[in-house]
Amino acid sequence: MKGLLGRKIGMTQIFDEGVVVPVTVLQVGPCYVTQKKSAATDGYSAIQVGFEEVKPKRLSKGELQHLRRNQLPPLRHLREFRVKPEELDQYQVGQKLTADVFAPGDRVDVTGTSKGRGFQGGVKRHGFNRQPKTHGASDRERAPGAAGSGTTPGRTYKGHRGPGHMGNERVTVHNLTVVRVDAERDMIVVRGAVPGPRGGLIILREARKQG
Amino acid sequence: MQHPLLESLQPQPHPGIPELHVGDTVRVHARIVEGNRERIQVFQGVVIRINGKHSAGASFTVRRIASHGIGVERTFLLHSPRIEKVEVLRSGKVRRARLYYMRDLQGKASRLRDRSEA
Repeated sequence: MKGLLGRKIGMTQIFDEGVVVPVTVLQVGPCYVTQKKSAATDGYSAIQVGFEEVKPKRLSKGELQHLRRNQLPPLRHLREFRVKPEELDQYQVGQKLTADVFAPGDRVDVTGTSKGRGFQGGVKRHGFNRQPKTHGASDRERAPGAAGSGTTPGRTYKGHRGPGHMGNERVTVHNLTVVRVDAERDMIVVRGAVPGPRGGLIILREARKQG
Repeated sequence: MQHPLLESLQPQPHPGIPELHVGDTVRVHARIVEGNRERIQVFQGVVIRINGKHSAGASFTVRRIASHGIGVERTFLLHSPRIEKVEVLRSGKVRRARLYYMRDLQGKASRLRDRSEA
């Protein structure tokens, strides 16, 4: 399992053999392996990866010492990536991970936090149909309509869709193609859109469903 | 202001396309890919619109009068490698950014005065 942390920079389009490709530009890394977890000590195998250097005063003493112990700079974000036990030896604590762990053509899953939309009605949030604007309708254009049957069962079923908070949740987009990699500038360009606002934290992983 | 990484993906100015202006009469040499054959098609007409000039998706629209007086408009992507080259034949004097009014004019009325003789 290969993984990286990064930030979403923005979208643009590029030409690939005359065809326009919509792409998202991501700034990834430099990331550091900050800790290795193995079945023996932690019950599972994973690597902890840190991203984005910050001033030491931005971190707690505990976080600082966790990093300083391995001569690592203060890092803002720490995330774990599950690694197969036999692959664990490929990683050293303190090792720097750059954009070139991925190559153009690779498939990746990208996780981010979607843009917060606040409290939204059923039409925007779940794609409910609008009601008629005319023919005598009044004040009901975007109302959610019925939430269930009548006397039987006499209640609304749990989990029924309705208005509520939308966005600002963890979203993963699967199987995006890596279009370009530039390790020197810590840049990865993927085809398609990526969740979250520009500047949002992004987790890149090798695609789970290959093929 | 754009992020430097985004900036770096901005397409370079197309070597075969000079600076275009609305009102120019141009010959566009477009590369047409048919299966695995390739040929060049020339489209000549007046530039009636330039859209998103500084963006990566910039395009321009050329209007020409085909046979039987049928107006044909074609939109090209400004940075497309499928465009071989563009020749500017004449520069017309215009007072709008979008020459949609040309669609309602034909024959003599649709002529544009040259920019130089203005």
